[in-house]
Amino acid sequence: MYVAAKGGERAIENAHRLLAHERRGDPSVPELTTEQIGEQLTLAVDRVMNEGSLYDRELAAIAIKQARGDLIEAIFLVRAFRATLPRFGATEPVDTSAMTIRRRISAAFKDLPGGQILGPTFDYTHRLLDTRGEAGGDQTPAQAEPDTTRMPRVTDLLAHDDLIEPAPRSGTDEPIGDLTHDPLGFPADRDLRLQNLARGDEGFLLALGYSTQRGYGRTHPFAGEIRLGEVELEFVPPELGFAVPLGRITMTECQMITQFKGSGTQAPRFTRGYGLGFGHCERKAMSMALVDRALRARELGEEVKAPAQDEEFVLSHSDNVQATGFVEHLKLPHYVDFQAELGLVRRLRAEFEAAASTPAREAAE
Amino acid sequence: MNAPVTPSADAPAYNFAYLDEQTKRMIRRAILKAVAIPGYQVPFASREMPMPYGWGTGGVQVTASVLGPDDVLKVIDQGADDTANAVSIRKFFVRTAGVRTTTNTRDATVIQTRHRIPEAPLGENQILVYQVPIPEPLRFLEPRETETRRMHALEDYGLMHVKLYEDIARHGHIATTYAYPVKVEGRYVMDPSPTPKFDNPKMDQCAALQLFGAGREKRIYAIPPYTQVVSLDFEDHPFERYRLDGTCALCGATDSYLDEVITDDRGGRMFVCSDTDYCEGRRAAAGKSSGQGPEAGHG
Repeated sequence: MYVAAKGGERAIENAHRLLAHERRGDPSVPELTTEQIGEQLTLAVDRVMNEGSLYDRELAAIAIKQARGDLIEAIFLVRAFRATLPRFGATEPVDTSAMTIRRRISAAFKDLPGGQILGPTFDYTHRLLDTRGEAGGDQTPAQAEPDTTRMPRVTDLLAHDDLIEPAPRSGTDEPIGDLTHDPLGFPADRDLRLQNLARGDEGFLLALGYSTQRGYGRTHPFAGEIRLGEVELEFVPPELGFAVPLGRITMTECQMITQFKGSGTQAPRFTRGYGLGFGHCERKAMSMALVDRALRARELGEEVKAPAQDEEFVLSHSDNVQATGFVEHLKLPHYVDFQAELGLVRRLRAEFEAAASTPAREAAE
Repeated sequence: MNAPVTPSADAPAYNFAYLDEQTKRMIRRAILKAVAIPGYQVPFASREMPMPYGWGTGGVQVTASVLGPDDVLKVIDQGADDTANAVSIRKFFVRTAGVRTTTNTRDATVIQTRHRIPEAPLGENQILVYQVPIPEPLRFLEPRETETRRMHALEDYGLMHVKLYEDIARHGHIATTYAYPVKVEGRYVMDPSPTPKFDNPKMDQCAALQLFGAGREKRIYAIPPYTQVVSLDFEDHPFERYRLDGTCALCGATDSYLDEVITDDRGGRMFVCSDTDYCEGRRAAAGKSSGQGPEAGHG
């Protein structure tokens, strides 16, 4: 007797067991700890925190382990957990000019107040595969006297001469949008666009940012400044009415200085693209800044013709949890719809063959 | 599977039916609005769920928001209760809500479905929750949400009629076999989710409340009970309900939607009911009234 070949409860349970088995790998190799991931795969942790929209190194490390190193899967785990957390308020805006700097570079000026600080970067390493395992060796960093010079943001230095558009003022009456609590609508303002980009897939934003450099919505960008370091978080509890410190988090900020324009009423000046993310995430922050700038086309009166300038296109497709879900759902059964299509194709073919077997009639008429 | 199940010990941290009450309230507001404007897509702040987008996150959120402790839940995918995703979603609600579940269409108070409407007629005490991938019926004609919202607002559905007309001009008939667009209560054109068009007539004047949830696209829409649902067509090319001309190899049904099953590599195939509960019910009934053959079942 025919038994429907449909997966049941047992099949799922067995698949999960097999998955757990594969996750563990060869039991003679020591099991990876989440502390090791948190300490040694820090950039993976940073990416999961960014796109997972949750600053928690420990949870991100657990997610990476559970996801077998598949970062999008780990991001998904963090997002699903995050969605269950209560929201008790929003912090005060972060002041990145008061950041404790670990890295700060500008490609626009050779030197500037506070100097260029390379920090922990791959930028000038030679990409020679270290087969002798020295990448794992003990390295004590070089020490220097702490520098207490303030590190003004490059864009603030330019702003003194009105050479660059001012940063948008915070604290306006307009409430800041939140696409995790309200569905995204179009046109979307910059607050929502930046939130979307901050959660957006690094690879997607990288490709879009790259496309603007190659002429699809060109903005002539300069990396005005990239800074990495720790910032203070402050929160105003309603019962106190004044700001109290919550703690410090690591952030990366990128300010792109882009194409200047002028009009009959406005003198030419540089415009900005902005990128900000958790942890050390330069590629993401730079890509975000390029795409942010491209998405300002409408606001700045530029013609919208490239994909990176098209906010519906960009914002609707940047979320990798959504994207991977919908692409991979094609694995789910579609028998019913396929059956309907099969029926139609058979019918169309039958009609085609019937028409082909009586060819001359219409011509004769 | 009919016994009440208390949530298992490893899921104590979550609220009843997973979502917190604030989120449920927000979703219920969207549902109420959707019921008030039949066929209109209400934006809602869809949450990340612990299953991937495309696996039914919209349907799961709607179900979680309408489910009460006394409800009896049925979950189907492709018409069947035993498909992997249906099993998984049913388990999710057993675990997070502890509700009773059933495979019997008539016993269920809430039915979550992907791609099918059960063969058995639904009643007034039932809610049918559809999982929707692309809620916008005009999406494949116009990719922009800003445009399609305008088209709905102005009831500007010319593009859809042109598409159906082009089908007829090219193929001789409308070449849409599933997710066949409908007009709800004479106003909004609506996507019925990717159900085969065989199921479309079941939506019309249905006694049950029909709710549609699209998680990734953040939309909820609804057809209230006893609402007019008309499949789009033309006077000279009326809507045709397609059913493969075959008989279920298990229960002998000649009126149900059939799955085609390949039985060997020499072109052998058979057809079985896609609705497993319907098929089992007919076989059980045939067994009771012995000797009357499979056609004697209900339905």
